[in-house]
Amino acid sequence: MAVNVDTGARTRDAATEPALGLLALFWVILARDLRVGLRRWTDASNSALFFILVVTLFPLALSPKAEQLRMIAPGVLWIAALLATLLSLQLLFRSDLEDGTLEQLLTLPYPLGWMLLAKTLAHWMITGIPVVLMAPVLAITYHLPATALAVLTLSLLLGTPTLSLLGSIGAALTAGLRGAGVLLVFIVAPLMLPVLILGARATDLALAGEDPTGPLYLLGALLVLAVSLAPIVAAGAIRVSAD
Amino acid sequence: MWTWFFRLASPPHLYALAGKLSLWFLIPAFGLLAVGTWGGLVLAPPDYQQGDAFRIIYVHVPSAYLSMMIYVTMAVAGAIGLIWRMKLAHAVAASCAPIGASFTFATLVTGAVWGKPMWGTYWDWDPRLTSELILLFLYFGYMGLRSAYEDINQADRASAILALAGVANVPIIHFSVIWWASLHQGPTLSKLEAPSISWDMLWPLLAMILAFTLYFFGVLALRVRGEVLAREFQSRWAQDVLRGTSTAGGK
Amino acid sequence: MLAGAGLTLWRGTTCLFEDLSFRLPVASALLIEGPNGAGKTTLLRVIAGLTQPESGHVTWQGSGFRQQVQSGRLRLAFSGHSPGLKPELSTRENLRFFAQLAGLPARVSDILEATGLDSCADLDVRLLSAGQKRRAALARVLLSAADLWLLDEPQTNLDTAGRRFLEQALGTHLANGGTAVVAAHQSLDFGAAPVTRLALGS
Repeated sequence: MAVNVDTGARTRDAATEPALGLLALFWVILARDLRVGLRRWTDASNSALFFILVVTLFPLALSPKAEQLRMIAPGVLWIAALLATLLSLQLLFRSDLEDGTLEQLLTLPYPLGWMLLAKTLAHWMITGIPVVLMAPVLAITYHLPATALAVLTLSLLLGTPTLSLLGSIGAALTAGLRGAGVLLVFIVAPLMLPVLILGARATDLALAGEDPTGPLYLLGALLVLAVSLAPIVAAGAIRVSAD
Repeated sequence: MWTWFFRLASPPHLYALAGKLSLWFLIPAFGLLAVGTWGGLVLAPPDYQQGDAFRIIYVHVPSAYLSMMIYVTMAVAGAIGLIWRMKLAHAVAASCAPIGASFTFATLVTGAVWGKPMWGTYWDWDPRLTSELILLFLYFGYMGLRSAYEDINQADRASAILALAGVANVPIIHFSVIWWASLHQGPTLSKLEAPSISWDMLWPLLAMILAFTLYFFGVLALRVRGEVLAREFQSRWAQDVLRGTSTAGGK
Repeated sequence: MLAGAGLTLWRGTTCLFEDLSFRLPVASALLIEGPNGAGKTTLLRVIAGLTQPESGHVTWQGSGFRQQVQSGRLRLAFSGHSPGLKPELSTRENLRFFAQLAGLPARVSDILEATGLDSCADLDVRLLSAGQKRRAALARVLLSAADLWLLDEPQTNLDTAGRRFLEQALGTHLANGGTAVVAAHQSLDFGAAPVTRLALGS
């Protein structure tokens, strides 16, 4: 076969802008990662199934009495969501590092943090959204009343992306390490504590008939903080891991 | 003007300097420790509420202060290493971690010991102690990450990033834990508040805090010497030191 | 002009290279040679900006390499040990992703045909043979329309036809004004372009 393909090497005089605008870049990365994630749907469903499992274990280990379940529901559901996120984080960057696609991103003229934000969003959409959708359904089995259910779901909707973003820092730091599952949990869990406390607390307040907007606003603030800062830190960490 | 700072980047220079400094720190440290212990255990009057049980603050409070100060030092050293690419700054950060973890552990243990006469139980999920426990996890995560990397440069950079992420989060974690505790324990935020403190009780405490700080810097200097030697053991000056043929300062 | 100055790197207690410098004019090739473990891959990664050296720096047209890449003034194509393709996606989907990132209209079909991959274009990459994956990686390099090619052992797993294709592609790239750095333990035919050889591990 002859090479009749223009390899495209251009005359280099003028400085050129990178080829894609930031929004288009975000979409391209997001679309590909979603496609890959959905093809690996067994991985993705692992964290959803784990969430269901943990939530199921508590009534069995404690007691199925309605009053008790209602009391522990906010904490149990939030802990289950946190554990499910921790479980799913393992696969955020590791496979990309192993098949060489991560280092391809490092050689592009685009900001790494922005690309990682797109990847983390894809990851959350595949692993976090199922948790947010299943939580109210499972909370019904814990006899949570409607308002508390709504607040629980809202707190998870605001909180799980933050958990994914904070987790992306740990995933980036441990991506190249062998058998680093527990280390990742250790690194990331302390960072996630404020989200856990706020989310569970907001639901508790709603359960008691009080106003949950304070913690919910704080959750929103943490989300904004995480979106702006976590990708930058993760980008630095990725460069170390890919060294 | 900054030459003294950048000369610290030279391993043999830092090795010699750390050796001299360690004595300058440790001798006053032990002196102050003796003074503070005498003042706290013997001279200070017993608290009218807690009796002699409060005396544990002379170990507990300095440990707590140091556990946090060392974490910040570790993060700053890591930042210097990242920004100015000074590998020895990373050596300092690495040396800090086990010392900080030990002080954190000491804080927890002394806090538990204090808790028994105060609350009747060793652990009461007091917000400050719970924050200290989380700090211990942060230290373990840092040390675990360091040891998981085979290449020392990667280990340095990764742990520096982790320390910075931790430092930014520590205030947030601390406040959220205090807020969580206030919801469940009512207005008294921490039952481990130091008793209303008179000067007789206060000066030994200040002496102990200063003593612990000097002790930290002295021990840090010694650890940094070992760390620098380990990192540079192939170089000529390090071989000289190990063979005892060195003319550089320090022991 | 691609230039490296004072590059030093240690791996554990072994010094792979110390105070290494080179200058490579545009439209020529640099061949990094040496036995296994000599540091060819590491040097290539240092040039690409993926691995940080102990000391030294790499420049393109006089300015820092990393800045040139980030600003878009230098278009880079890196091909490492791994093919750099997602195994769960098909060859076509992988290449389309890279074509989109390069902002180029989908020349994907042409490239697939030229590299002899059109028969397996819609197979998942994990089902391809090692040689086909290597060709797909080369297709990715061709797609990127890059000024500088950094290739690590590009002829691995390629059959004779594949190797000839690789050499023709390199020759065309260099003839069109492109630059290439290739790490290989076997020699390659770069055509008429000037070649600088850098031997490691001697």
